[in-house]
Amino acid sequence: MHDISAQAVHHHGPPTSFIRKHVFSLDHKVIGKQYYALALLAAFIGMALSWMMRIHLAWTNAPIPGLQLLSKSGAPGGVMTPEYYLQLMTMHGTIMVFFVLTTAPFAAFGNFFLPIQVGAEDMPFPHFNMMSFWVTFAAFVVLVSSFFIGDGPTLGGWTQYAPLNAVGAVAGPGQGLGVVLWMASIALFCVGQLLGSLNFISTTLDLRVKGMSLMRLPLTAWAWFITSCMGLTAFAVLMPACILAILDHVAGTSFFVASNLVINDQLIPKSGGSTLLWQHLFWFFGHPEVYIAIVPGIGIVSHILITNMRKPMLSHRTLIYSMGALAVLSYMVYGHHMFVSGMNPYSSLAFSFPTLVITIPSTIIVLIATFSLYGSRLRINSASLFSLGFISMFVSGGVSGFFLAQPSIDIMLHATYFVVGHFHLVMGVAAMFGIFAGTYFWFPKMTGRMMNETLGKIHFWLSFVGAYCIFMPFHYLGMAGNVRRYSSFPDDFLQPLIPVHRFITVAALITGAAQLIFLYNLIHSRFWGKPAPDNPWEATSLEWSTPTPPPFDNFGGELPVVYHDPYQYGVQSSAGDYVMQTSPEQVKTEHEEK
Amino acid sequence: MSTTVHEPPQIDPDRLPKQGHPGNGGWRDLVPANGDLHVALDHSPPASSSAIYVVLFAITMMFAAFSSALIVRKGSSLDWQTFTLPSILYLNTLILLASSVTLEVSRRRVAVFMGGLKSQAESPARWLYITLFLGLLFVAGQYAAWSQLRAEGLYLATNPSSSFFYVLTATHALHVLGGLGGLIYVIRKLSKSTLRRNALDATARYWHFMDVLWVYLLCLLWMKL
Repeated sequence: MHDISAQAVHHHGPPTSFIRKHVFSLDHKVIGKQYYALALLAAFIGMALSWMMRIHLAWTNAPIPGLQLLSKSGAPGGVMTPEYYLQLMTMHGTIMVFFVLTTAPFAAFGNFFLPIQVGAEDMPFPHFNMMSFWVTFAAFVVLVSSFFIGDGPTLGGWTQYAPLNAVGAVAGPGQGLGVVLWMASIALFCVGQLLGSLNFISTTLDLRVKGMSLMRLPLTAWAWFITSCMGLTAFAVLMPACILAILDHVAGTSFFVASNLVINDQLIPKSGGSTLLWQHLFWFFGHPEVYIAIVPGIGIVSHILITNMRKPMLSHRTLIYSMGALAVLSYMVYGHHMFVSGMNPYSSLAFSFPTLVITIPSTIIVLIATFSLYGSRLRINSASLFSLGFISMFVSGGVSGFFLAQPSIDIMLHATYFVVGHFHLVMGVAAMFGIFAGTYFWFPKMTGRMMNETLGKIHFWLSFVGAYCIFMPFHYLGMAGNVRRYSSFPDDFLQPLIPVHRFITVAALITGAAQLIFLYNLIHSRFWGKPAPDNPWEATSLEWSTPTPPPFDNFGGELPVVYHDPYQYGVQSSAGDYVMQTSPEQVKTEHEEK
Repeated sequence: MSTTVHEPPQIDPDRLPKQGHPGNGGWRDLVPANGDLHVALDHSPPASSSAIYVVLFAITMMFAAFSSALIVRKGSSLDWQTFTLPSILYLNTLILLASSVTLEVSRRRVAVFMGGLKSQAESPARWLYITLFLGLLFVAGQYAAWSQLRAEGLYLATNPSSSFFYVLTATHALHVLGGLGGLIYVIRKLSKSTLRRNALDATARYWHFMDVLWVYLLCLLWMKL
């Protein structure tokens, strides 16, 4: 008996082989870092694509050096064709939404920190977790491979509307094999995220350590939990939609192709399909998806602000309930993407109302954050600055949502740059700021080294001002009637808007270049940064009670016991003005949640 | 840098086989009765009891999406042709329902066995094998149904109704195959006496859910095709 125990200890040690340690690792922390690396790579590819699009929009006939190497037919002499512009746009949107905004704040940080924050040694299904990452990676490879196979990636946009997604090569370059690769990639991505959601939900429900009641979970853990519930529902619907679209391509079925369709002077030999069906299935996923991108950001930013304000938010519970309300409502509003799709006008009304209602929890979240900031002596560092930036972007982008939520106004603004400005601010830039804030905040715990604060602040100011310079004029363009998805603006009424486009392009180039500061900071700090203490921000949650970086089983063989609510700041304890969740010390506090 | 290398956690003594115990596992062993550590899990997080419900919810959402697609697609067009479902489907339904019964029988037998109350001679795996066989028979029966439709000239792309028939039945059959994988896993673990109650319970819930799902699909196809 004794011998078995001794051998068992040896057997259960951390993996020693390179493959198990760094490649096919079962450790949630390594998987989190892998997701982060994938998101980083995807973000820079997506950004490079947006640079090329912006340069083309501002100087339509100017060749972009090297672009002809990517596609000879798509960019002869370095000047992209209108079709190739759409192909780049589709890839920009798909890469950014799926492989950056979903993977970084949710899968990357969630994988690394959710088990630690609930006090678990690992997720309950490490093999599924490993599969989740590698399936997502395969999805990314399949998507990017469409650049190099056949006539390039699909040009249908990240929403891949029917019937153009289902009729094949006749609909333009990339609409044959390109669409199939897109659909296969997204179906794989769905599998990866479903496996991830399974682990996230069961970790939160089943693996909480002694004393960790649900209300004692930090806001980040709540955000990841709520996000995984959304992901579970949304990706389980997108996958069947992708399967049906693939069958339309390869098996000759007609789920999405209507009768008597003539495309490019060719009669499509299919009949009876429903083009609206795709939109319903897609947006039932698509709208929760934007909350999948933003809710982890809300959690991360609240977590960081609380730590730097040295006091909890005005109401921990209200924030959690608001995030939950966002999740539930996100399924009821999806039809607001379809006001002009030809669906029943009464449906527009039915979808418009919950869309206006969903602004209530969003507003509550923003107001709680803002009023909690009032009177606090916020510690200014890169993480807290990006958190403030997140709130700013979320509000600025959210306000334009009020206009778009109303069908009568949306008819005018639909498919203009107004919409592009709206969603880039509210889910794109805001979620990116959440990712940046999380990176500056957790980098010490993830790598054992501090990031450079000066570079971080320069990065913040350039990104903050830059993002507004890029996306605020979008709203003006939209109101002036500038339609989105055009690759150039030869029409008379659009000609006067070209100087605005040039301003945006210059701003985009500068802001994009500023991200190289972040990349430099990330790589340099990883190897040569100042060594990080265990709890550099004097924070209270469990991830800061483990050594830096955390050992293989997170807590060194001894599971912690939780004694306090997650955010006990502004108290007098032996540690200072905070008491950690794992500290049995009794402190007097006015912030105890009832 | 204050990196601390900790000793990995020790296996909870409760999880090790008790001395004098018949070694059937008692539901929670990670180390089999003969003490062979090579088959012990390298990585053994605690069991999760809610995970199976998460899985079933995702499958429900997936089939809800397919079902709504079917209803919308049927409602939006005039090219929908109905056909009679192959009668073997009803036999398959009985087989699948029977497999749920045999699984419940085996669950009870395994429970008695794991408690170590009876001798090892009475193998509880037999009923699991019967369940496995019925499951395979169901999948084979589905294949026979597809063959029958193909013989009638109804292929995947022939008509939207046959498209949905193949998509729904094939997706369900794939999920049944997943359940068969779960059964094989349970049988393997049982033979090593390292079966955890959670694994068997989750497999059983999944399997029964496949039953319910199939009955629902059959009703849907019967009404709509």
